[in-house]
Amino acid sequence: MRILIIGNGMVGHKFCEKLISKKLPGLEITVFGEEQYAAYDRVHLSRFFEGKTVDDLTLAPAGWYKENGINLHLGDPVQAINRTAKLVHTFKGFVIHYDILVLATGSSAFVPRIEGVEKEGVFLYRTIEDLHLIQAYAAKAKTGAVIGGGLLGLEAAKALLDLGIADTHVIEFARRLMPRQLDETGSQMLMTTLTSLGLTIHTDTNTTKIIGKKAITEMQFADGSSLKTDMLVISAGIKPRGELALECGLETGMNGGIVVNNSMQTSDESIYAIGECALYNEMIYGLVAPGYEMAEVAAQEICAMVDKAQSSARKQFTGFDMSTKLKLVGTDVASFGDPFASGDDVRNIVLQDTVKGIYKRINVSADGKYLLGGILVGDASQYNLLLQTFKNKIFLPPHPEDLILPAREAKKDNGAGIVALPDDALICSCESVSKLTICQSVSEGGCETVDAIKKCTKAGTGCGGCLPMIKDLMVHTMKQHGKYVRNVLCEHFQYSRQELFDLIKIHELKTYNDVLDQLGNGDGCEICKPAVSSIIASLWNEMVLAKGNDTAQDSNDRFLANIQKGGTYSVVPRIPGGEITPEKLIVIGQVAQKYGLYTKITGGQRIDMFGAHLSDLPFIWGELIEAGFESGHAYGKALRTVKSCVGTTWCRFGLQDSVSFAIQVEERYRGLRAPHKIKSAVSGCIRECAEAQSKDFGIIATEKGWNLYVCGNGGSKPQHALLLATDINSETCIKYIDRFLMFYIRTADPLTRTATWLNKMEGGIDYLRNVVVNDSLGMAEQWEQEMQQLVNAYQCEWKTAINNPEIRKRFNHFINAPGEKDPTVQFNQLREQKKAANW
Amino acid sequence: MMLHEANVKKSNWFAACRVEDVAENGGVCVKYEDTQIALFYFTRRNEWYATQNECPHKKQMALSRGMIGTKSDEPKVACPFHKKTFSLATGECLSGDECAIKTYPVKVEHGIVFIGVGETIE
Ligand code: SRM
Ligand SMILES: Cc1cc2nc3c(=O)[nH]c(=O)nc-3n(C[C@H](O)[C@H](O)[C@H](O)COP(=O)(O)OP(=O)(O)OC[C@H]3O[C@@H](n4cnc5c(N)ncnc54)[C@H](O)[C@@H]3O)c2cc1C
Ligand code: SF4
Ligand code: FES
Repeated sequence: MRILIIGNGMVGHKFCEKLISKKLPGLEITVFGEEQYAAYDRVHLSRFFEGKTVDDLTLAPAGWYKENGINLHLGDPVQAINRTAKLVHTFKGFVIHYDILVLATGSSAFVPRIEGVEKEGVFLYRTIEDLHLIQAYAAKAKTGAVIGGGLLGLEAAKALLDLGIADTHVIEFARRLMPRQLDETGSQMLMTTLTSLGLTIHTDTNTTKIIGKKAITEMQFADGSSLKTDMLVISAGIKPRGELALECGLETGMNGGIVVNNSMQTSDESIYAIGECALYNEMIYGLVAPGYEMAEVAAQEICAMVDKAQSSARKQFTGFDMSTKLKLVGTDVASFGDPFASGDDVRNIVLQDTVKGIYKRINVSADGKYLLGGILVGDASQYNLLLQTFKNKIFLPPHPEDLILPAREAKKDNGAGIVALPDDALICSCESVSKLTICQSVSEGGCETVDAIKKCTKAGTGCGGCLPMIKDLMVHTMKQHGKYVRNVLCEHFQYSRQELFDLIKIHELKTYNDVLDQLGNGDGCEICKPAVSSIIASLWNEMVLAKGNDTAQDSNDRFLANIQKGGTYSVVPRIPGGEITPEKLIVIGQVAQKYGLYTKITGGQRIDMFGAHLSDLPFIWGELIEAGFESGHAYGKALRTVKSCVGTTWCRFGLQDSVSFAIQVEERYRGLRAPHKIKSAVSGCIRECAEAQSKDFGIIATEKGWNLYVCGNGGSKPQHALLLATDINSETCIKYIDRFLMFYIRTADPLTRTATWLNKMEGGIDYLRNVVVNDSLGMAEQWEQEMQQLVNAYQCEWKTAINNPEIRKRFNHFINAPGEKDPTVQFNQLREQKKAANW
Repeated sequence: MMLHEANVKKSNWFAACRVEDVAENGGVCVKYEDTQIALFYFTRRNEWYATQNECPHKKQMALSRGMIGTKSDEPKVACPFHKKTFSLATGECLSGDECAIKTYPVKVEHGIVFIGVGETIE
């Protein structure tokens, strides 16, 4: 039997997976996809702008289709269907017979009829192709606009911001943002937050004309106003792709959706339609989870056709919950059930905090028993739980308002935790995995990590939104079975990092093997090795590559350089405070030229040289050290950079000599190993050109001395540093930093930055200030001494490494052909320099 | 000492290097004709393993630079790039992916490490 699938999108791919898993005999599966790429994760399309590659987004590993005997034709759209002869005609000229035809053609962006939409600089937001075009165009755009203030439109707007278009506008036709998910107040709250993120929002605005010679330069609106813009993304909704179906006479409906019954069958019994092109009960389901459910239903249907024995257990599609959680816009937004329910038989409970930008509304039946729906803006941490409570019709606790109170107060069991969920509660809706399945994988399947559960049940492998719940369920089930769940490092150490730190210190252990022999069990792994190595380094500050400890280092530490795409390494010499002499700049240029390295100024005020072969590293460093450079520890969980601004040395506003202080601070803490990397900066005045408030510790000059800020972070969840002490002199400032860093090094979990560490600290910044400034733990003196010992023990690791033949020998790609380079390393050329070849 | 070469009857043993060339509890990369083999000396267990050097995830020649360890009692290596882990004994991917790596038998005689590279004459 030949099954032919039109469309290789998310749902078309899922259908293939489902069909393969049923292991039916005698199937011949052929897929035609219009796009150039094999099915990819459209839901996370915007991650493309965060650096994800097409490969990362691809749903199946290369070769998957072939291995499973599926004929995949990409870049070849089907152009016509002949139902009488059961043939399809493709763009490249194939004419292929089918027994069963599955339409998974998805949808396209809906383009409103506006004069001038065909102009250059107007884009859609649906495919990887679209993103390539947007990315290329955005490089020269200063202003951007998005038509559509719904789910997709806001995502597109965020993407424009991320692409560096600081002046981005959202144009929404309706009176509020996300009109289908949010009420007036929720929408207002969202608007305030988005405005503070830098978006300009125009609601109640109808675009009538797009102006520009060849390319767009301006948009005109119905109220007579206009907006000058360099580019426009249209994201105003979707239009199901039913054109093929319409032409061959299948029943189509509203907007072109292909009418299906609850077996996903169209008006022709040999033809099925699934995903965003299918119109079920007058509804298009524009989300991936219902699409996956449709894929399962259709696969079961076909299964029953081939294997009559399976025909009784068929599932039917009966509609799907359209609850959504918006991702990526920089604030939480979610709605579920009936978000707008109101009236006599409904009780609306609302929590609103205009300062924090939080709005939560739940709609409860008048008798207080059931949750009907709700809206969450600014904090959607309770989304999963509320959704489950709603979907499973769980009785509400006596005070349903507890459900939306901030987590702190609601911590006492409010009667609606995961425990209360029924066994068939759907936890992972992408892969449709129930609570029972997850709990059983723990109790019977022996899964004791989230990874194990993912592998065994597939839960959490889709959008990943349910992972926190899976973890909670796992911990809960383990506890229920009498398993004591502790915050331990890994299977080899039954201790938390802090416990281990204290034990290693008391027992004065100095090698990973000793620690494992005395405090752990088994033979270690990639989790405990770097964690223990980091503790040892923080405690004794000995050379990290000393025999026995070398292979316990994370790969980057082991080779004192960061491994990059293709297997070459980067070289980052320390440039304290960002200050460098012309002579040293010349040396960097010469070294880079000699060894063919790509050079770039980093975000941390120093210079990175990329593309060094392993065997060249010792020679490169030899020359750099000769010229007075030392390791920049760019590879270590260690002090990275202390950025500076010019301060009093040149700047007319400077209050203190920020450069000198930055250099002093950087030289004091260079090489210091910690649970995660640490960064700092010193600004010469409150204009803050060194961005000190985004650092683990940041220093800003005042008239009288320095203000010290701590626990700031860039990264994916930026956080401003908090003020720890004001108007202190340099000496006190160093003392406080000593104490602060030692406290952090001693107590933080592995790979926890100072910001996260503080977030988890009970009592927060006030407690921290008490410890550091008021010495409430009585540790100040000891910590200062310990820090001084570490400072005294500092050595440049690269210097030690190149002078030690045993260590130096490790910097070879082949053990049996020293000096010979890895022949698989490949570079491409870009703007007169090399770059790593794509993977 | 001979280790886990049971299922390769007629190996072509290739002399890779000396025992002391290999990092304790770590790996090195061995060049055999045009093939790159990752050789591991799991000193704590007194075991030797060899696998392909290429990580199947992003086709990077990197496994020899990865950290080794165990999961339960299964010896494994973690790729330095994205920490996908593979069994040193069977080559199976232990972090939930479908890809597996090739393994080779290893033996040590008179301080020289041999890798079984094919099914020709002993
Ligand atoms: C080179 C550089 C980008 C650039 O071209 O400018 C860079 C490159 C890398 N960053 Fe970064 N980061 C660089 C500045 C930053 C900054 C900006 C800054 O320091 O002012 C940040 C945000 C500030 C912060 O850390 O709070 C930054 C936040 C990160 C993060 C996220 C950390 C977090 O707390 O979430 C990672 C991932 C991690 O460390 O786990 C990361 C990781 C990396 C890694 C190590 C990724 C990797 O494993 O390969 C890159 C290594 C490149 C290399 O081999 O040298 N990089 N990275 C910058 C080097 C600065 C330097 O001189 O040392
Ligand atoms: C930016 C963005 C963000 C999103 N975020 C979310 C989210 O957070 N949560 C969520 O649940 N959903 C989200 N979605 C929606 C989700 O991506 C879709 O619901 C899902 O992709 C639908 O799958 P599908 O297979 O039906 O359609 P598609 O993935 O669109 O696949 C259809 C494929 O068929 C091809 N095709 C069409 N006609 C032909 C033809 N004649 N011949 C051959 N091939 C053809 C198309 O080129 C396309 O590749 C998002 C979508 C976008 C664009
Ligand atoms: S340099 Fe930093 S931001 Fe850039 S891709 Fe690497 S980790 Fe991401
Ligand atoms: S390349 Fe090895 S894990 Fe990604």
